[in-house]
Amino acid sequence: MAILTEAEAKRIIDKVLSFSKADDLSVSLSGGRRGNIRYARNAVSTSGESENISLGVTASFGKKTGTATINELDDASLEKTVRRAEEVARLAPENPEYMPLLGPQTYLKTDPYAKSTANMDPDYRAKATFDSVDPCRKKNLTAAGYMEDSTRFNAIGNTKGLSAYNRETSVEFSVTVRTADGTGSGYATRDVTDVSKLNTREATEIAMQKAMASTNARALEPGKYTVILEPAALVANVDASLLNAMVRSMDARSADEGRSFLSKKGGGTRLGEKLFDERVTIYSDPTNLDVPNGAFSGDGRPQEKVTWIEKGVVKNMPYSRYWAEKKGVHATPGGGNFIMEGGTQSLADMIRSTEKGILVTRFWYIRPVDPQTLLYTGLTRDGTFYIENGQIKFPVKNFRFNESPIIMLNNLEALGKPVRMGGNLVPPMKIRDFTFTSLSDAV
Amino acid sequence: MNRRNFINLSGLGVGGLLVGGVPVYGNTVSVERLLEPGVDVATKKRLADIALNAARSKGASYTDVRIGRYLQQYVFTREKQVQNISNAESFGVGIRVIANGTWGFAATSDVTPAGIAKCAETAVAIAKANAKLQSEPVVLAPQKGVGEVSWKTPIVKNAFEIPVKDKIDLLLKTNAAAMDNGAGFVTSNLFMINEQKYFASTDGSYIDQDIHRIWPTFTVTAVDRAAGKFKTRDAFSSPMGMGYEYMDGLASEKIPGPNGLVGYRNSYDIVEDATLAAKQAKQKMTAKTVTAGKYDLVLDPNHLGLTIHESVGHPTELDRVLGYEANYAGTSFATLDKWKTKSFKYGSDLVNIVADKKQPYTLGTVGYDDEGVPAKEWDLIKNGVLVNYQAIRDQVAILGGKESNGCCYADNWDSVQFQRMPNVSLKPGTEKRSVIDMIKGVDKGIYIIGRGSYSIDQQRYNFQFGGQLFYEIKNGEIVGMLDDVAYQANTQEFWNSCAQLCDKDDYRTFGSFFDGKGQPSQVSAVSHGSPTTRFNGVNVINTGRRI
Repeated sequence: MAILTEAEAKRIIDKVLSFSKADDLSVSLSGGRRGNIRYARNAVSTSGESENISLGVTASFGKKTGTATINELDDASLEKTVRRAEEVARLAPENPEYMPLLGPQTYLKTDPYAKSTANMDPDYRAKATFDSVDPCRKKNLTAAGYMEDSTRFNAIGNTKGLSAYNRETSVEFSVTVRTADGTGSGYATRDVTDVSKLNTREATEIAMQKAMASTNARALEPGKYTVILEPAALVANVDASLLNAMVRSMDARSADEGRSFLSKKGGGTRLGEKLFDERVTIYSDPTNLDVPNGAFSGDGRPQEKVTWIEKGVVKNMPYSRYWAEKKGVHATPGGGNFIMEGGTQSLADMIRSTEKGILVTRFWYIRPVDPQTLLYTGLTRDGTFYIENGQIKFPVKNFRFNESPIIMLNNLEALGKPVRMGGNLVPPMKIRDFTFTSLSDAV
Repeated sequence: MNRRNFINLSGLGVGGLLVGGVPVYGNTVSVERLLEPGVDVATKKRLADIALNAARSKGASYTDVRIGRYLQQYVFTREKQVQNISNAESFGVGIRVIANGTWGFAATSDVTPAGIAKCAETAVAIAKANAKLQSEPVVLAPQKGVGEVSWKTPIVKNAFEIPVKDKIDLLLKTNAAAMDNGAGFVTSNLFMINEQKYFASTDGSYIDQDIHRIWPTFTVTAVDRAAGKFKTRDAFSSPMGMGYEYMDGLASEKIPGPNGLVGYRNSYDIVEDATLAAKQAKQKMTAKTVTAGKYDLVLDPNHLGLTIHESVGHPTELDRVLGYEANYAGTSFATLDKWKTKSFKYGSDLVNIVADKKQPYTLGTVGYDDEGVPAKEWDLIKNGVLVNYQAIRDQVAILGGKESNGCCYADNWDSVQFQRMPNVSLKPGTEKRSVIDMIKGVDKGIYIIGRGSYSIDQQRYNFQFGGQLFYEIKNGEIVGMLDDVAYQANTQEFWNSCAQLCDKDDYRTFGSFFDGKGQPSQVSAVSHGSPTTRFNGVNVINTGRRI
């Protein structure tokens, strides 16, 4: 059984700690089960399920550390792993950035686990796939999709008395529906903690509508357009994405070192500066019921409710423990999730209030162009439409964009109601002067 | 990749190259363990036969079994310190069967007769379950058994035998060279992989292979705090299918270029490259911002390799063409109807692109692929015309072919093998021509070196590439360095604008060490050779922004 209870995990960790001869020892025990099903051309192509458990031991002597891992949990194996970690530590060079272990911590109560997901089996996955493929077959459309579910636990402990346990579940689903002649393509994606909240048929029907509505796309000139970006265009499950890229680029050390968009001319950081439209507020909160997350970070620090950007102003930046100590500040860990505040408008409301604009379902192949300005390039994909006088008029050919989320979040026109995307809460956005630089023939 | 024992090493200086971190499989082990021999061949054959017999007795019409031991050693440093050393081993068995006309796959780390027999039974049960949803039975191209054979990457120095201390010393020396020449920061990494793979199938093949790969790389950052600017320059190394001899830095393998640039063929001088990188990163600070417009591009092999990978390698993967990757990587513009015309001009007459699993020193080179097909070389584009795809045994019938191209690969014993890109390379020109000769003929152009930003659409029509270094060419001469350069093009228009090739003396390989494909995602390593090549009238944009 790859999912250990808190008591089972603690018993093993305590056993490992009892073998320690090092100055300090920390233990990480994690495991879980992952299931997946993949389909294409309206048939299952691969499916599988795997269980895994892994114990990691890090020993330290002074500022020298060594790590060993193993997936057997009998006493002899545990002791052997401790000895190996200690042996590696003795031979390791000193780490000038070594930080002493954390003692006991107080954690927020979070609940990112759902029994329904933990109980998923191959039949459940096959049924979810059938619900996606069946409506496509009936409409002579072709579905390709993927669903991956995960049930996992992780527990940590050390010789300074730190002890923590978390278990969580998640399911990610995505589907691409194409017309038989290959001239239309639509996409939908969902991610949930509790699989009973996932309806693959409902998601597939949206992708089907987009596929059928996107045939015979017309070419518009590239240039600056008002765009409505659906949440899947801002945060992706499977690839780099604009909003995620920005939130994950806020590390304090990089900014202090002069190599981040948050580095200040002349030295220092842009903490406290207003860099975005005043409607931009982004925070992390592991206790949020829509996007629950683990209560501790990998090094044992408590995950906090922390505001990164408030009303357009940079309020906090994540720190490693080493860098925080060097700078004499609180060591805020990077959040497990992020939540961007939005408005109350639905996507339909946002379209209705748009005189001229482009509706973007998703972006694809997003890559950094300039880390200094966070300029990114990428393309629209699987459903791009022209809006005029509050209505979708016709599908348009895909565009390549070159845009920075910093500029984008200054050109904000409206925010809609946030939805869960990639474990985060993200609102649809209306942005003016979004830069499309060329056309693509891809469908 | 997250379904395995995944150790996230992102944020250790490789983040710019890899999305989601570096994949590490298996358990961390001692350095000594990496040098211990694995299970002997006779035992592997006995275990493989257990799988073949168990699957057959449960009703499989075809079975292959892969007993794999995957070893990795990664070293990460920044400036004067070692950040991480990872030694990992993963060992297990993957069994693939056809039953009721359908594939089934199962894998286990329980490498015992009982564990293997049970795993084979599971694979057959999965095949039978999936058969209920199947509409077309699998048709496998025939492959004659090759008997008991072995193959080994022809390395000179096994990288795992080189003491870790030597590797650390070399990386720290590299960092010091960069810092001494004006770098503000530097990270350097060394990746070494050894795949010990045993393959057996009901065709009568028992194939033992020992495959080695190496990749040294770094990123140098120059910072001007007063101006609030920073610039980076990545290594001009290439990941290779070689041993530690790649690190020898042989003078005979250096190709001198204009402006003090050095190209590295099959031997790499990392300290020299870091020295140059630090100086060039500083030069980038004051480089002129490019004026957008049409330019003739002179593309170095260390840059062009990625353009080949994205705009030729991926679109000619047959599984993409057929729609199997539609939900993730996408499909392809290089459709079967275009190929069937036998006249689809992918590029100009100069463009000859080969797929190759045999080229020495490259990442894709093996003796046999992961379904027992001997390594081959074949044309993808001949005199500019699309002539073939990359196909494996269960795809060849779709092309009306009789045999597989031999490009099936799984990244670990617990991954199911599928079609992966072989080395895909542009042949050099037959006329004698160096880079300097080529630049002399360009009136208004840009010479681009190194792997930069890259993005391409899901059918591989529209792409945008950056680079590491950009030099402006005016009237046949380099006049200075440029910044904020990226070029955008349509794949077919771009390859049809191919105007000139350097010769074989300029030919080098570029490589991608962690190329991702599939769901769940698998990595593979692949090389792309080319000479420096000229493309006329390509659209260049200015990527400079103010925030």
